[in-house]
Amino acid sequence: MIPRRDTPERVELVDSLRDRAKFVRTETVRLSRIAGAGHYASTFSAAELLATLYYSAMRIDPAEPHWADRDRFVLSKGHAAIGLYPILADLGYFDPALLDDYTRMGSTLGDHPDMKKIPGCDFSSGSLGHGLSASLGIALAGRMQGRDHRTYCMLGDGELAEGQVWEAAMAAGHHRVGNLVGMVDRNQLCIDGFTDEVMSVEPLTDRFASFGWDVKRIDGHDLDAILDVFSDHGRDPTGAPRMIIADTIKGRGVQRMELSPHWHVGNLVGDDYDDVMAELAGGLQDRVAP
Amino acid sequence: MTDQQDTSEVFRGTSGGDSSLRDQRSTDGTDTRAIPAFVFGEELADLADHDDRITVLTADLAKANRATDFAERHPDRFVNVGIAEKNMITIAAGMAASGMIPFAATFSAFAALLGCEQIRTDCAYPHLPVRVVGHHSGMSMGFYGTSHHSLEDLGILRSIADLTVVCVTDANHLRAVLRKSLDHDGAMYLRLGRGRDPEVYAEVPDIEFGKAIQLREGSDLTILATGSEVRPTLDAAMMLEADGMSVSVWDVHTIKPLDLDAVAAAAGTGTVLTVEEANRTNGLGTAVAEALLEGGFGQTRFLRHGVPDEHVPIGPPAALYAHYQLDAPGIADVARRLCA
Repeated sequence: MIPRRDTPERVELVDSLRDRAKFVRTETVRLSRIAGAGHYASTFSAAELLATLYYSAMRIDPAEPHWADRDRFVLSKGHAAIGLYPILADLGYFDPALLDDYTRMGSTLGDHPDMKKIPGCDFSSGSLGHGLSASLGIALAGRMQGRDHRTYCMLGDGELAEGQVWEAAMAAGHHRVGNLVGMVDRNQLCIDGFTDEVMSVEPLTDRFASFGWDVKRIDGHDLDAILDVFSDHGRDPTGAPRMIIADTIKGRGVQRMELSPHWHVGNLVGDDYDDVMAELAGGLQDRVAP
Repeated sequence: MTDQQDTSEVFRGTSGGDSSLRDQRSTDGTDTRAIPAFVFGEELADLADHDDRITVLTADLAKANRATDFAERHPDRFVNVGIAEKNMITIAAGMAASGMIPFAATFSAFAALLGCEQIRTDCAYPHLPVRVVGHHSGMSMGFYGTSHHSLEDLGILRSIADLTVVCVTDANHLRAVLRKSLDHDGAMYLRLGRGRDPEVYAEVPDIEFGKAIQLREGSDLTILATGSEVRPTLDAAMMLEADGMSVSVWDVHTIKPLDLDAVAAAAGTGTVLTVEEANRTNGLGTAVAEALLEGGFGQTRFLRHGVPDEHVPIGPPAALYAHYQLDAPGIADVARRLCA
């Protein structure tokens, strides 16, 4: 159960999630250096969402990664896996030492996640546009099996240009798959620039609502808002599916990366690496417009 | 079900009112064998009575593929996704990741070509027990045209790692394949005809994926056929026998993994012909050619018979089979020229 706002338990929870979001960011920077390249900015925008899912919202048991009644998470924007791996290791799904060989020859941990190699990874991803369909399948199977688990799916906003997303959105609304919870990491940029310039995705609330989804729009870096939206949705498997539009900032946490089109993939070296680690250690700062 | 009912119930196209595909493919002109029904939905419904892992999906083709027979008996385990094949295949993968054995069925042109990446990335790569069922394969949709033909599916899907590719021969073979698939590990592509494939197996055969079935023994020539071409190949073999030729015929139902023992046995007759309702590029014939060369049988007299590398003309199915010599007389003719 997620504690109510303004309780000591809630304050403690938010503090711990803030720390875990920072952990996601610093580990992303560390692992990227091992690989020589990394998806920093797409992971930073999702750090609060990932931390809240795994450390609070989801019903999971790291000792039983294949537990049939566990909640599932499908990272449809698979390129943010570098932020998921440290969480899975931290929770005990696998030995954190494996992170040290991230992407090296023979590692189980690639740039995109492989469900057959990584305990705790519920579905492989990497090809954008597939994840919502896979999540829908998992949710439908749960309904057929009489289970009450939820399936969470994180999409990128640039990914919404993929037609299959809307095939899945239409089918989830039509079949009223209420145990499905989607979220869009609305970090405003795809690879070539702002989505508003490359391919418009708005109005997202109206678009998903018109496909039969129960849509909530929140600040995706506000941990209280994330906790609230995860806790106000039931497990009725035949209700409307829930879509969370999480307004975020690509690169959030490192000023030089925030809303920059130059950091989709990057490689921090030398002083830059140390500077960014120091900046992240200070936690999220108020955003300074460039 | 009587044969008469079969023809009226089964071959009615997508909407129930289309009789364009009813011109039963003629083989030797004196064919009195039973026309098998398209047993896909019925067989799966029977199996699902005892196996709660089975689920069936289709993309607005429940009538054409008879998934309706499943849906009527197991409505809670049937999902129609509308005309959205990519979505269907990935949904099936999600279901498989949660312990189900989904059969996702649509026209093979759309399953294999439109859904190719979903088959690779979401089914084969995660090694999930999804059964992608591509029906109305080859050029069996006749004058519906190239958009509805699936002559490239074998060539494309054969190059996907960890995918088992099976061509279904007739109704009883389909029953065997569906039953056997419940115990098969990993993803499968099941290539079906249009549900009126002439009978080869009078009873449900005992099959093993990756093991071809020898249907006739012979010493002059071996014909390795698959799917819809097995029946006309058998008929062609009888014609050739009348000419004094001794012809061995195998049903190579599994294209991948290929039965290398069957290829070696075929090479033993010195002359090998492959027959498939597919583009010759990279299908059964190419797989056999690879096996012959790499197996040390390079001296074998060999020909790949199938559809040449072109988009086929407009025409009813039977006319197209005749045009490409993929009916029994045509196959016999090709075999005679190979052995001449």
